[in-house]
Amino acid sequence: MTTRTVLTCRGLRKSFGDLVAVDGLSFDLAAGETYGLLGPNGAGKTTAISMAVGILERDAGEVMVDGRRLSTKTTDAKRLIGYVPQELALYPDLTGRENLRFFARLYGMSGRAATRRVDHVLDVVGLADRAGDLAKEYSGGMKRRLNVGIGLLHEPLLLVLDEPTAGVDPQSRNQIMDNVHALAATGMAILYTTHYMEEAERLCDRVGVIDSGRLIAEGTRRELVDRLGEHDRISLVLQGDTEQALRAVGSLPVVLAAAAHGHEIDLVVDDASACLPDVLASVRVDGVVVRSVEVAEPNLEAVFLHLTGRALRE
Amino acid sequence: MRHAVLIAAKDLRERARDKSVFLFGLLLPLGLVLVLNLVLGDLSGSSPFRYVVVDDDHGPVAVAFVEHVLPAAEESGAVEVRTAATTDEARRLVADGEVSAAFLLPADLSTDVLSGTAAAIEVVGDVNAPLGTEVARSIAASFTDGLHSTRVAVAAAVRAGSALDPAELARLAAAEPDPRPVVDDPTERRELDTTTYYAAGMVVFFLFFTVQFGITSLLDERHDGTLARLLAAPLRPSSILVGKLLTSVAVGWVSTALLVVGTTLLVGARWGNPLGVALLVAVCVPAATGTVAVVSVLARTAAQASGWQAVVAVTLGSLGGTFFPVAQVGGALAAAAGFSPHQWFLRGLADLSAGEVSAVLPSVAALGGFAVLTIGAALLMTKKAVAL
Repeated sequence: MTTRTVLTCRGLRKSFGDLVAVDGLSFDLAAGETYGLLGPNGAGKTTAISMAVGILERDAGEVMVDGRRLSTKTTDAKRLIGYVPQELALYPDLTGRENLRFFARLYGMSGRAATRRVDHVLDVVGLADRAGDLAKEYSGGMKRRLNVGIGLLHEPLLLVLDEPTAGVDPQSRNQIMDNVHALAATGMAILYTTHYMEEAERLCDRVGVIDSGRLIAEGTRRELVDRLGEHDRISLVLQGDTEQALRAVGSLPVVLAAAAHGHEIDLVVDDASACLPDVLASVRVDGVVVRSVEVAEPNLEAVFLHLTGRALRE
Repeated sequence: MRHAVLIAAKDLRERARDKSVFLFGLLLPLGLVLVLNLVLGDLSGSSPFRYVVVDDDHGPVAVAFVEHVLPAAEESGAVEVRTAATTDEARRLVADGEVSAAFLLPADLSTDVLSGTAAAIEVVGDVNAPLGTEVARSIAASFTDGLHSTRVAVAAAVRAGSALDPAELARLAAAEPDPRPVVDDPTERRELDTTTYYAAGMVVFFLFFTVQFGITSLLDERHDGTLARLLAAPLRPSSILVGKLLTSVAVGWVSTALLVVGTTLLVGARWGNPLGVALLVAVCVPAATGTVAVVSVLARTAAQASGWQAVVAVTLGSLGGTFFPVAQVGGALAAAAGFSPHQWFLRGLADLSAGEVSAVLPSVAALGGFAVLTIGAALLMTKKAVAL
């Protein structure tokens, strides 16, 4: 049985002046698959997404949606895509229902069909009881959910979500992720960008790790983690000069990669149980205190750290 | 076009909930028209200047001024004159604002004039009525200039060896007919009365601000992220720009129509034949929209666009005579006024006041040209206009 390819991106490239934001990015997305573009802020995820949905002209490369070539001017391919931008793209002086109805009509729905679809989406995103309120009166989480709902209106073949949980409270974040999970179960192809490793691990069938505009690794979570081999991940929470502690522990031969973010240090090591005493001894410099230690099998955070020498959250 | 109409309908719904469009589109222009009408309304002739005169002389010169000059001015309908017994009473009337100015004829006025010494009519004006005071000064100055001319003529005749008695010469000189004032006939001169002129001027001036509410929202959409969502939808990018232009035109038409009705009812502006006015408004609004659209497309932010649009609106408005009739100055300024849609709108109304509906066609054609050129230019820049 052959899998239907919904999205094909080949050799996408985009520069802004001297800055190469996306450089030769290629990936495919099959029907019913959830694909995550994982990378830190500024990695080029939004630029890549913008080219993939046809709102930004590319310098080079090609995008096909269900076999139709996509450009900024095409309309038939765009009709197959539901796009949820990173920013809250809502009209504050319209109600939640009016926002949805406007976009429903832009996508060709009208009359009872539009009303039914709008009501359904309001139920899905949990805003049915506030549908008549102006969007500007919504909480941040409600706005986020409405933002996602607009992308679902026309039952797209491909749903593209650009960091949909950025700045969202935990409750709304969970609801959005549950929605995405449920949509994936219906067979919808989902392209999802995030810099939260947990989201990528929970939602995505496959993950593309992107850094400095390039796809540096791609595969299922298992495949990516296996690339690390028999390695372990150590996470330390410190009190004191984290940078100095990072320099000290990074110089240990047993440490394969190390990165700090805030008061935390993530390490990739060969054998955690063997090297942990040396690691703990090395970070205790100039009064640095170890508040907690976690030893775990590698995750996508460790993969990114191993591949780039930097933390996802830097 | 369906998508453009959908976007315009959405924008109009938003604008209806945004009070600022009512402020700029209706309240501010109506308020200014009311103020201008109160300040300048006297010039229209509907409300004459009121004066008081005190005659402490009772000689022939004073009699000539009080019984001939002032009644002649009253006949024109521009002034009303009453008499007061004393200068104190006259000054009180001025101070109380009951009259714009007082003519004070001193006791020795006739004696001084006839003896050839310096003589003057004192004019006491109300500081709050500068126009009325200035007109009073002009009347007094005109009379005293005439006296001076008579004296010079008599003196010259005597020196030239005239056989007539100087008193007879003076009588003959004074008997010469006064130059008649030009009759102000706005209809014959294709000129709007003051009230209508300033009402129309303010309406077209604020039109260039009102139409911003449509086209400038494109910059807001870019800022708020909704432009990205529109671009991702299955519609042509030009539909977004056309939708914004439609919004501007709709807002402009509605606000101008309301202002025409409002100024007619509130200050008695006489716009002229409704069909002619409708034709002018119909093309002036797209001309204003196109002009504002070009500025908006070139700007990167709403604040930048707003600043540029204000400069353009004030420049074109001043050039077009919305504050004062620049074209009457003549020369390069009058020629430059032809590049202002405001000028063509006001000219069209003036032509309409004197003629048939067809009289507005030259102005309609000129405004249509502005609309085609500017909207065409904006559409040619669609890619830039809707770029993220």
